[in-house]
Amino acid sequence: MAYLKGDERKELAIKTTRRSKPVVKWVLISTSALFIFFMLILPLVSVIVNSLKEGFDFYFKAISTEYVKAALLVTLLATVITVIVNTFFGIMASWLLTKFSFKGKQFLATLIDIPFSISPVIAGLAYIMTFGRSGWAKPVVDYINSTFGTDIKIVFAIPGVVLATIFVTFPFISRELIPVLNAQGTDEEEAASLMGAKGWTIFKRVTFPHIKWALVYGIILCTARALGEFGAVNALSKTRGETFTLPLEIDALYLAGSADSITASFAVSSILVIIAVVVLILRNIFEHKSKSM
Amino acid sequence: MSKAKSFKGGRVIPGFGLSFGITIAMLSILILIPLASVLFQSFRLSPKDFFEIVTMPNVLYAFATSIGCAFIAALINCFFGIILAWVLVRYEFPGKRIMDGMIELPFCLPTAVAGITLSKMYSTKGEIGGPLYEWFGIRISYTHIGLIIALVFIGIPFVVRAIQPVLEKLDSQYEEAAYILGAKKLTTFSKVILPELRPALLTGFGLAFARGIGEYGSVIYISGNNEKEHTQVISYIIMQKLNYLEYESATAIALIMLIISFLLLLFINIVQIRQSRRVSNV
Amino acid sequence: MYVELKNINKSYGDFKASKDVNLGIEKGSLVALLGPSGSGKTTILRMIAGLERPDSGDIIIDGVRVNNVSPSERGIGFVFQNYALFRYMTVYENIAFGLEIKKMPKKEIKARVEELIELTGLKGFEKRYPNQLSGGQRQRVAFARALAPNPSLLLLDEPFAAIDAKVRQELRSWLREMIYKVGITSIFVTHDQDEAVEVADQIIVTNKGRVEQIGTPKEIYKTPDTPFVSEFIGRSTLIEDYHKLKGFEKGDYKGAIVRPEFVEAFKSDNKVFSEVMDCSEEGVVTDILFRGDSLELKLNVNGIELTTFRSLERRKVEIGEKMRVIIYRLYAVDDEKAYLLENQELKDKDIKNRRLEAYLYSSDGYFVV
Repeated sequence: MAYLKGDERKELAIKTTRRSKPVVKWVLISTSALFIFFMLILPLVSVIVNSLKEGFDFYFKAISTEYVKAALLVTLLATVITVIVNTFFGIMASWLLTKFSFKGKQFLATLIDIPFSISPVIAGLAYIMTFGRSGWAKPVVDYINSTFGTDIKIVFAIPGVVLATIFVTFPFISRELIPVLNAQGTDEEEAASLMGAKGWTIFKRVTFPHIKWALVYGIILCTARALGEFGAVNALSKTRGETFTLPLEIDALYLAGSADSITASFAVSSILVIIAVVVLILRNIFEHKSKSM
Repeated sequence: MSKAKSFKGGRVIPGFGLSFGITIAMLSILILIPLASVLFQSFRLSPKDFFEIVTMPNVLYAFATSIGCAFIAALINCFFGIILAWVLVRYEFPGKRIMDGMIELPFCLPTAVAGITLSKMYSTKGEIGGPLYEWFGIRISYTHIGLIIALVFIGIPFVVRAIQPVLEKLDSQYEEAAYILGAKKLTTFSKVILPELRPALLTGFGLAFARGIGEYGSVIYISGNNEKEHTQVISYIIMQKLNYLEYESATAIALIMLIISFLLLLFINIVQIRQSRRVSNV
Repeated sequence: MYVELKNINKSYGDFKASKDVNLGIEKGSLVALLGPSGSGKTTILRMIAGLERPDSGDIIIDGVRVNNVSPSERGIGFVFQNYALFRYMTVYENIAFGLEIKKMPKKEIKARVEELIELTGLKGFEKRYPNQLSGGQRQRVAFARALAPNPSLLLLDEPFAAIDAKVRQELRSWLREMIYKVGITSIFVTHDQDEAVEVADQIIVTNKGRVEQIGTPKEIYKTPDTPFVSEFIGRSTLIEDYHKLKGFEKGDYKGAIVRPEFVEAFKSDNKVFSEVMDCSEEGVVTDILFRGDSLELKLNVNGIELTTFRSLERRKVEIGEKMRVIIYRLYAVDDEKAYLLENQELKDKDIKNRRLEAYLYSSDGYFVV
């Protein structure tokens, strides 16, 4: 959906501000501020406060255990692969859904959005049902392993974690690109094609400049979600120190229940919170950039 | 001649075949086939077994809890969502940009982190839960209230981000016209603005609701997962079945959830198509 | 014929955008595809360009059937309705794009782009982006971009639609001049008859997917073939009781179309018209509208409402005033065709006054007196 340009939206805001009664305005603004403070800001502060309860020494020790290091590696690996796969998919799908009209387009768009509205646990379950002991794709994997002498495991192993992360963040990038491409229309591409430009040239020189910032923003959002994915990975990863991601490590520490381990759990959380805040700031910068064009 | 052949499709912009093939292939391999496996596995159960599994009391309660709490949370989000969107679009005040940026926090914050934090904050010893328990005797963590709070946290960006662009596009001339005609502020809002917002509001509600029903990470800590107090959510039940290797039960319950989410998604899409048609007709 | 369309049919679902379209365009001509929106004119243009494919029929450019030739190899330049300039490229880059695709050496590209920038009067704007240009300048860039690869056929889709009324006038003559200078066969789509009449030397009128008439602006204007053309061109009013007007007899027609310039209204003491006074009938002024350069009079003649223009130089008239009215001619129409009917009484009269004669038989006579 197209937003207003910066100066237009300011004008709208000022117009309304001038006309409305100050009482109503301030009641609404303070309601909003209170909501944001209690629902969003306080939890952030709370994580940091809880993580530092036992002092800085404890904090640094808590975030540098072998488990945390291993989890960080798994998380980063899964995130990098996920972002690459989803970026590729996002560009392809948004090109398909905005530059062409064909039967069943709306249905396809709905299918792509499925991971948005599905419980992440079901994503995990789906892969277990496909590649797990009773899954129909298990013989396929076994066959590949016996023929090529490989030892590929999917469920309860790193590939499963990666797949689950991809599943959950699958539509993120296409969702960012589609509105931008829709607003841009198709005639620049048609013009370029009429002049004889081929697909890659058209994309690189004509389309890409339009979606640049939306793509960066989508990648950032996708990264944030991939780093923090919990439910789907939880179903597919059972070995602490090997296939655990950071959120699973946080879960394990929290459920251990002792005061120390809970503080440690918040300490690990604080890493992800810092990343989330950085993402939020970047997001605002890039959203501003893409809108001001 | 090969060039002439490639033109047979009649599409001027290149890449239809390529993008169609890749999109369908990736969507199928990564999303649709795994989901179909769930469907396929659940068909192995006899209808009777299937029915028995999904009507077990704890499963039914979990469905009631997930759907009920997600519904209430989505309603609360609609209320605050309208206020927040209105304030962010229509007023100019210090700190507005920070406020606007904060809305997206629940998108970026890992659900497990949100879960343990909210759970701690609202426990009887927490920053908010503590005073509430001491002064009023209200417990939040490990009750339905806690669950709803977690779902409000998760759902708020969906509603605000759905309404905001519509509110921005809504010309203030529109309101001015109603105002000049003598409509009172509240009438203007309920008769002129609210109907305009309805499709966006429904979309936001649907998204927040769908997300809430399936939510896992942010609710499992604060809900307490107590079977007797009916604070188990449906995602938790599926996870529990998975941990006990009861795959048949897990797939049966998952199938019902899949159907619910798909219906919701369809509903949202229909609302959005209608909305775009209406806008393009103007 | 340089461009030929033979038996072209095209539908979008249930909607028939082209029904058995046949037309030919000669080399070097400047042709307007004129019709109301939804008449299929843009579809024809897009099919010639290769942006759409006909369901059946042949498209021939320079003697070659191009149905299966890709758009980029048809040797055409296309100017889009909203110009479709590449928003993230400068004016220079926009014009150079087509040449780069053709892998022309850098030096030649530079020379060609500079030549076009000179031609279109865009000097000094090379480094600007499209959003830093006015509507007229954008059109120039789109024009230059389309011409850069030296196409043999130029297609323009509603080239003036996105431009303010004031600048439009100026651009029309500019474009006409440019196209003659370059000497390229051109086809443009428009829904504005003034534009078509002013710019084109050949007009193709389309309606409901069909070609209604092909001819020079004068032919289209003076001898419309079909009821649609006679009504669409000029400011026309359809009347049913045309036989109630003095000088016309009832024929086997459905009705008739009268244009303001076919109607003469004068005061009964006007000496100039004394010779033809007995051919006139009474009309009452029902409304007077000021049109800037003239007055528009609405007259009730025998229960029929007619419109005419009156020069501001002539004597004043008032609402309710009784005037004398003569209808020179009208277009009688049936379902298929339009027929020119002259005023029989006027025709039979042997007019002595040379000045009046010249006046009566010049189509825009009402500005003379």
